[in-house]
Amino acid sequence: MKEINGVKLEFTSKSANEGFARAAVAVFASQLDPTLDELNDIKTAVSEAVTNCIVHAYPDEIGKILVRAKLFSDNSVEIVVRDWGLGIPDVDAAREPMFTTGGEERSGMGFTIMESFMDRLRVRSAAGKGTTVTMRRTISVRAARK
Amino acid sequence: MTVNTSFDDGTLTLRFEGELDHHAARGAVRDVERAIEAHLPRACVLNLDGLSFMDSSGIAVILKAHRRVSELGATLLVTGARAQPLKVLAAAKLERLITIEHQKELYI
Repeated sequence: MKEINGVKLEFTSKSANEGFARAAVAVFASQLDPTLDELNDIKTAVSEAVTNCIVHAYPDEIGKILVRAKLFSDNSVEIVVRDWGLGIPDVDAAREPMFTTGGEERSGMGFTIMESFMDRLRVRSAAGKGTTVTMRRTISVRAARK
Repeated sequence: MTVNTSFDDGTLTLRFEGELDHHAARGAVRDVERAIEAHLPRACVLNLDGLSFMDSSGIAVILKAHRRVSELGATLLVTGARAQPLKVLAAAKLERLITIEHQKELYI
């Protein structure tokens, strides 16, 4: 499986950038000719991952978020969302549905949605060093395509 | 992201329009709370037909509305969701807690 294209976005952890990040990744992934549903799944997962950085990695400061997207020859897209913030003390607990440390404004469904909207989700985190979320999704090859 | 309010015969309808993410959620929660406190409805309808995007932040907004409406002894109905918000509602299994009206013509 060969990497056929890649893009890197770096932005500050301001909530106004959530819409930019999901739209940018969706536009890039559209090179794989996804359906509208597939594109919406990718947008939703990116929105969740970036929101986690903004809410949990940098609760009291503005930090740096890096989003990397790669397209592969097997028609899959890999998206990495990385921060250098607080880190997640217990990744397994954080991935449980309804688990949140974000208070009433959060639903605790972020990782659950990333998991159900993408094919694969890997979370690596170290306290004080940050978190890297890697997601992968294969885009269906449509019959009309050559 | 805007929330438009209408009130008729005890029913408060809140129509969401735009993209409901974490950035928009705080304003949406404030608008929903204000409308509920102003009208103290017997029934509340959250009409999502104007939402082009919603992530889990929208779940928190809906749960907050549900909590306040339940305290008032009123009912809550979520309606009009397009395919993307509907899939987020389903992933969160929100239909276990809240009535979600499915409108076939909106599946397009």
